[in-house]
Amino acid sequence: MLKKLMGLAAIVTLMASPAAADIKIGFVTTLTTPVAVIGKDMRDAVELAMEHIGGKMGGEDVEIVYGDDEFNSQKGKQATERLVLRDDVDIVAGYIWSNVLLASAPVVLNANKILISANAGPSPLAGAQCHENFFNIAWQNDQTPMALGELLNQQGVKSLYLVAPNYAAGQNMVAGVERTFNGEVVGKDMTVWPSQRDWSAELSKVKAAKPDGVFTFYPGPAGPAFIKQYQQAGLEGSVPLYSVYTLDSISLPLFQKAGMETVLGTKMTQFWAPDLDNEANKKFVADFRAKYGRYPSFYAAQSYDSILYIKSAVDAVGGKISDTDGMRAALESADFPSIRGAFKMGNNHFPIQNFYERTVVKDADGNWTTAVGRTVLKDHQDPYASQCKMG
Amino acid sequence: MDYVLLTEQFLNGFQLGIILFLMAAGLTLVFGIMDLVNLSHGSMFMIGAFVGGTLALVTGSFIFGVILMIPAMLVIGIVVERISLQTLYARDHLDQVLATFGLILFFNEAVRLIWGPEGLVVPLPDFVDGSVALGAGITYPVYRIVIIVLGLLVALGLYLLVSRTRIGMLIRAGASNRAMAGALGVNIPMLFSVVFGIGAVLAGLAGLIITPITAAQIGMGEDVLILAFVVIVIGGIGSIRGAFIASILTGVIDTMGRSFLDVFLLLFLPENAAESAGPALSSMLIYVLMAAILFFRPQGLFPPKGA
Repeated sequence: MLKKLMGLAAIVTLMASPAAADIKIGFVTTLTTPVAVIGKDMRDAVELAMEHIGGKMGGEDVEIVYGDDEFNSQKGKQATERLVLRDDVDIVAGYIWSNVLLASAPVVLNANKILISANAGPSPLAGAQCHENFFNIAWQNDQTPMALGELLNQQGVKSLYLVAPNYAAGQNMVAGVERTFNGEVVGKDMTVWPSQRDWSAELSKVKAAKPDGVFTFYPGPAGPAFIKQYQQAGLEGSVPLYSVYTLDSISLPLFQKAGMETVLGTKMTQFWAPDLDNEANKKFVADFRAKYGRYPSFYAAQSYDSILYIKSAVDAVGGKISDTDGMRAALESADFPSIRGAFKMGNNHFPIQNFYERTVVKDADGNWTTAVGRTVLKDHQDPYASQCKMG
Repeated sequence: MDYVLLTEQFLNGFQLGIILFLMAAGLTLVFGIMDLVNLSHGSMFMIGAFVGGTLALVTGSFIFGVILMIPAMLVIGIVVERISLQTLYARDHLDQVLATFGLILFFNEAVRLIWGPEGLVVPLPDFVDGSVALGAGITYPVYRIVIIVLGLLVALGLYLLVSRTRIGMLIRAGASNRAMAGALGVNIPMLFSVVFGIGAVLAGLAGLIITPITAAQIGMGEDVLILAFVVIVIGGIGSIRGAFIASILTGVIDTMGRSFLDVFLLLFLPENAAESAGPALSSMLIYVLMAAILFFRPQGLFPPKGA
């Protein structure tokens, strides 16, 4: 009887005091709506990172609290408010969408907490509105398309047509290409985001303009739809398509399933690729594939990196996460094994890093993935850094 | 602006109009005859895409997918009508909006549970992949031509069904005066189920034939639904003919706006302003058209007789 009672008491005590983690990290991504497939990839990567670090940073237990932005800047802001005000997380990370990040950043920064973007890199936060507690562990939006513009120059493309969605990131992407591309931009269409899914009108204009190349940016499920229509319009083969953040490990299996061979050989630029040769990346990609049975996307890579990045800072302050100054100094030094290899944090807290050419290929097992090629831009810093008053 | 581009854009607009027509035809019948505001019509668009797409992938033939989708959507439509909508006819429009909005959430979640969040990519059969030369320098995707022809055939079939058959007579009677049709012995509940079923099949067909172009996505029907409501307001609620003409009108105006408005604005605006105002204005065009029609002809262009 006594034994039973004690057992019961033990259970009650256990239930009453859930293992309260010492460090709480809020992670905002898209967990519902059709683009939840990106959020799922990011969450999987965060879980893998937590496994790799044994759920501990600086000797303390870590808990991740997820927030769902519902692919909507207002909802994203509310999710951020819940994390900051109700859950009282120590650090907020994540954010796929530039517009969501721009709406949510003030919530975190006004609460004097550290904010780490695992994807979105809108120009305001890199330039005039840079903030001592904001860090980006991915890239500034303009950088990848700037590399692409450079790639176009190297490929001898003289005339270019741009098709991209009309929102913060889409505008940054187009501006980025235009910044480095030396040839002539013969047309530019900014389409309604995210609702427009049929590009017949734009593709007809592309056909009429007869450019040497087409640049596009459609993240998430819109990308495959765009490329499919590009192919059906008879443009594939006659006008090469160049893209950023459009073909990734999420969309390529869909193309493979549908047997759309023309995607193979398509070129893009990025700071990372699954086959990028460094120890941290090899381990990440191998374990991710072993655990989930698919290639990680760049969203996953950045999410994984953001957890290891936070860990490096928490380790540096010996688990005392309330030491914001110490945390900030450690984050600025960015001394950790990143999946992209060596890089530096710029004065505006955006990475200074290499950008590589990537080509869609079949791997040894016949899976469609990308292969990293030449380095297009070396140690590249975004063009807004000079407008940032920090550092 | 050359005529090749103009022709292509007209075809693009026409093809969009066909999709809108397939959506709007069901919507206008349900609204006009049953007096039911059915927001979940967009869900039928989505379910048609997912169910038909799956059938196409399982049978390995897109055509089989389309053929098998028709009875499937008829059954789904009738079941939905019998289970959840029959009690709503006597309620006011606000109750119907709330209930059918609930259905949207239900169906979106159901599709997520069954097919997962990533959607469904359906490949085209090889013989309609690629594009064909139409002469005079115009090349156009074969599949979009197929959509146009298929849509026109459906429109013709629907016209014959409504104007030449007994069921069509009952539908017209119901659209003109439901109470009188009921008093004359028409089995109104049966008629409603059939009409809803036909609407579901048409919406499902629209969703399925657009899937090889856009891929099936959760919530894909909602944007089309809004356009379809614009169409039935312009065309006159309850009128198939109005829905057809208004669909083509809306499709063409929307496409032409998207393709030429920024060029047009460049004539009297600086480049930056024209670039940003173009997309914004072109997405407003059809609503401007709707507002104008509502002002000058509130009953729509072709209201059904006696309504």
